[in-house]
Amino acid sequence: MTATHASPDHSLDSFGDAAASATRVTPGNALRPEDIAVRPDKPSDDVAEYALRLGDDSLILAQRLSHWISRGPELEEDIALGNIALDLLGHARSFLIYAGHTLGRSEDDLAYWREEEEFRSAWLFEQPNGDFGVTIARQLIVSIYQHLLYSRLVNSSDTMIAAISAKALKEVDYHRDHATQWTLRLGDGTEESHERMQAALEFVWPYVDELFDEDALFERLGDAGVRPSTLREQFDAEIAAVIDEATLSLPALPRAMGGGRRGLHTEHLGYLLAEMQVLARKHPGATW
Amino acid sequence: MAAAKLQPVPTAGNEAPAPERSAEDIAGQAYFDRIIAEDSRIEPKDWMPAAYRKTLVRQISQHAHSEIIGMQPEANWITRAPSLKRKAILMAKVQDEAGHGLYLYSAAETLGTPRDVLNQQLLDGKAKYSSIFNYPARSWADMGAIGWLVDGAAIANQVPLCRASYGPYGRAMVRICKEESFHQRQGFEILLELSHGTPEQKQMAQDAVDRFYAPALMMFGPPDDDSPNSKQSMAWNIKRFSNDELRQRFVGMIVEQAKVLGLTLPDPELRFDEETGQWIHMELDWQEFKDVIAGRGPCNAQRMARRREAHEDGTWVREAARAYAEKQLKKVGAA
Ligand SMILES: [Fe+2]
Ligand SMILES: [Fe+2]
Repeated sequence: MTATHASPDHSLDSFGDAAASATRVTPGNALRPEDIAVRPDKPSDDVAEYALRLGDDSLILAQRLSHWISRGPELEEDIALGNIALDLLGHARSFLIYAGHTLGRSEDDLAYWREEEEFRSAWLFEQPNGDFGVTIARQLIVSIYQHLLYSRLVNSSDTMIAAISAKALKEVDYHRDHATQWTLRLGDGTEESHERMQAALEFVWPYVDELFDEDALFERLGDAGVRPSTLREQFDAEIAAVIDEATLSLPALPRAMGGGRRGLHTEHLGYLLAEMQVLARKHPGATW
Repeated sequence: MAAAKLQPVPTAGNEAPAPERSAEDIAGQAYFDRIIAEDSRIEPKDWMPAAYRKTLVRQISQHAHSEIIGMQPEANWITRAPSLKRKAILMAKVQDEAGHGLYLYSAAETLGTPRDVLNQQLLDGKAKYSSIFNYPARSWADMGAIGWLVDGAAIANQVPLCRASYGPYGRAMVRICKEESFHQRQGFEILLELSHGTPEQKQMAQDAVDRFYAPALMMFGPPDDDSPNSKQSMAWNIKRFSNDELRQRFVGMIVEQAKVLGLTLPDPELRFDEETGQWIHMELDWQEFKDVIAGRGPCNAQRMARRREAHEDGTWVREAARAYAEKQLKKVGAA
């Protein structure tokens, strides 16, 4: 117990312990964004673009999930969804800082001063929270996808991408478990929850395919990246198993067009960014 | 966040006189008195006076509710935090407060009142929470002022509660206080950064301190001569220092820190009286305090509406979890 009336530490050292509070349940505090910021590693232009995509996916979803804090169906979920958001924000910061080394921009430049068409996230991540079922359905897809992706990226020929992925992998493993457990409970809970969860899956399903789209970047990346199409089979098998056990059915719906990787987004992203960026943009050049 | 002095609790003096006491009660009372005299700890299974139990349930649950409602003013700025690092720190902080609520509800449950019941009291407007959270968080600088002053006052209040005579309460406070010091520090750093920033940022910081100073001082509760229940709480070793003593200690702490911040405390009467060794501060507006507790604060309705909305929106989720658990139990039974 340290906190009687000692004055706070006046130094402005980084809050490495921000993520180390007692309510944190996910493992891994090894590679912090602040550590990456002071390293000289510069990604190639292609790897920087790739890191931007990975970072934007997690940043946009973290922003969405953070809205649940103080609004969850029970206190435990305020904490769990907050944890997941915090993990994703950590991954986003790491990837953005790394990309920024080549782009000549800080994580905050990239988060707060890019325009909508400069964001590289896929459409799924910006979809609104909806009810708890929609949030869980979105999270189930994302965390199965990210788990498969990071499992392979730990072997990336780019050592920083590999290192960030190794840390993220441990955390998204927990996210995947959380989303799976809730999918089972909502799918195989009450009649109402079953209906809501089925509707939730159908709401997010059109955005699945975009995650596995490939463009010329992947040819140039070589072993630094992972071709998402190579993850698809295992993704389909894993998600089908969860959906089946949850007594739900796999939606058969046409895919949405997508285009996030090229900066073409749904109407939702503009509002999300307006909220996220408003204060920073009111004070150009300020530090916080 | 805050173990503010919340509202009067009934004490032994308010209870109807007890009827004939059993031999067990007499022995129990003797044991209880000895434990209190020795300044040791009462544990859940121990005999305790009904009024002691009632006081504790009331105080611990009010404290828990304060943690939960206290999440709202800060959650209000998570999505607009002006840097990603600040966003991460604020998220971790608000999430800690949910954890504090959980520890405290668990401590209250050891006294025999389930969390559901306590939560329902909050939703029904029958339970109180710290009045400070009925003030709006208007600017980003309020994240600094809340961390520095509100969590700071909570620390001053809560550190002595780590030695509270009821074991589970004291132990919950130990865990909570560890995190509160991080909360205060992050608030202080927000203000420090702003006060060294642009003129607009510095103004934002001063404005936040101006608005939160008096409400933070009121978190310690009414002056000692208007706090009739403190005496019993102190006799039971729940409370260790009077409201005014704690307020003194807090003022002394923030005066020095305000200098480091380069911000002014909005108190023209603030000075240290060498003769009495006391901090003199301005008269606080106790009518406002009473008004806010009675529900007439700026955000009472909003805070309660949000809590009820979250609870109602989550009903189908909690029902699903219950139904699923029952099904699993049946499956195990059938196997
Ligand atoms: Fe706190
Ligand atoms: Fe707290």
